[in-house]
Amino acid sequence: MSDFLQYLISGLAVGCGFALLASGLVTIHRVTRVVNFAQGMFAVVAGLTAGSLLSAGLPHGLAEVAAVAVAGAAGLLVGLIATGRRGTSAQSALIVTLGLGFVAYAVEIMIWGDNPRSHPGLGGSVQFAGAFVQKQSFLVIGVTAVVFAALWLFFNRSYPGKALSACASNPYAARAVGIDVTRMGLVAFALGGMLGGTAGVLLTPMLPISYNSDVLLITNGFAAAVLGGLNRPGPALAGALVLGVAEAMVAGYYEAAYQTVVALALMLAIMIWQSSRRTALQEETAR
Amino acid sequence: MSAVLRIESVSRAFGGVYAVRDVSLTVAEGETRAVIGPNGAGKSTLFNLISGHLVPDAGTVSYGPRGQWRRIDGLPPHARARLGIAIVFQGARLFGGMTALENVMVGAHARTRHGFLAGALRLPGQRREEAEIRADALAALERVGLREWAHRAADVLPLGQQRSLQVARALCARPRLLLLDEPASGLRAAEREALAQLIEGLREEGLTTMLIEHDVAFVARLADRVSVLDLGAHIAEGTPEEIRADEAVLTAYLGEGVS
Repeated sequence: MSDFLQYLISGLAVGCGFALLASGLVTIHRVTRVVNFAQGMFAVVAGLTAGSLLSAGLPHGLAEVAAVAVAGAAGLLVGLIATGRRGTSAQSALIVTLGLGFVAYAVEIMIWGDNPRSHPGLGGSVQFAGAFVQKQSFLVIGVTAVVFAALWLFFNRSYPGKALSACASNPYAARAVGIDVTRMGLVAFALGGMLGGTAGVLLTPMLPISYNSDVLLITNGFAAAVLGGLNRPGPALAGALVLGVAEAMVAGYYEAAYQTVVALALMLAIMIWQSSRRTALQEETAR
Repeated sequence: MSAVLRIESVSRAFGGVYAVRDVSLTVAEGETRAVIGPNGAGKSTLFNLISGHLVPDAGTVSYGPRGQWRRIDGLPPHARARLGIAIVFQGARLFGGMTALENVMVGAHARTRHGFLAGALRLPGQRREEAEIRADALAALERVGLREWAHRAADVLPLGQQRSLQVARALCARPRLLLLDEPASGLRAAEREALAQLIEGLREEGLTTMLIEHDVAFVARLADRVSVLDLGAHIAEGTPEEIRADEAVLTAYLGEGVS
């Protein structure tokens, strides 16, 4: 029972990381209709940057925030390259983000090498109903809850959130009412970068990351985001938590090596199920 | 009367076929200008060239409210919206997933002063502006007869009301030049009458309006002047009475049953 609880909570924490990554995908897709395959890179860049800043002597908190800002800048850069030219289609932008993800590998290896790295998070663990749970898990869960609440308020209750949503809903009409759709898309990319970066900074103490960790992250984040048609943060959160817990159970009771397989299988199952419905993703590929 | 919009030798082709061919026209400040013509005459294309959703292959578009002339044919649509050009599209181009009121409020984007960050952080100045916009949006909804729909989802409105909602959204921007692309199509008689009265009211307020419309009685009632397009060319311009008597116009419409 205590094992189960331990797997459950660490699974929820990892799932929250996936959810943050997925929320970045959702934010970018919602505004620009671009599926950003460079999303995992934001997490990797932020995780590795935070580690470097901490070893350079920056205090906790500051290092993490700076790393998230760096990821936001990376997001802006990806947005500029992928969507900066007027009239770029969402599909060609998707291919550009995929390419940028691979370019980032080279840059990351140049800066940080190719070994997995980690940095200390909130150290120690607490005993909780007989299970030992890393404090970092609670931090991840707490931050995710706050971020999702803020996202909900932003998109549903604030005027700029409405303007951002208007771009995705009808870019043609959005331009007619004076919204600079390209610029709003860049805002979304920067925000998506920061969300991905937050995931990276929080997950790295639990799962050491290297340049190619983005595959695991994007696989899970994408699977979760697809559950909400790439447009709704709520279902993405639910999907990410299911994935996180399922993988923690597989790793705990069977074999850690199988957990990516589980993620991929679940993602395929979700996509096959979703493709029988009319989803944003389907519209994307049909256009 | 001084002019507010000057279109000079504008052409736009799609795949080698001219949608608008060498069109020149000038619209006076405060005028209601109807643009008529058979289907495929290039009326909507002309509007899109003015709103900036299309860029001309040749020719210039100049805009000069209160004598402040500038060329706008190189500007993107959002920049033109900020200069006071508002468009109501022929189709229902609303923002899904939002209420009618929110749709109209977004219409005021072109004249918002407060930036993105202020809005996200809900700073006091921005909150005040948002409250003003909300009041304006409600007034615009009232004006098009959709006040009681304010808090309903925009996408569940009947098609005619979706058009009216677009009109409210355009009015909330407080435009200087309003482009209405077949605003009356799909409306019932009473709704058409309400729309006609709204357009008359806007003319009394001095708003310059361009109007694409098929209904001759509607045009004769509302328009100061009429421009006729046929196969992309501007074939005639004049008062509604002059246009009714114009030989070229009658030829263009032959077979459409308009006399």
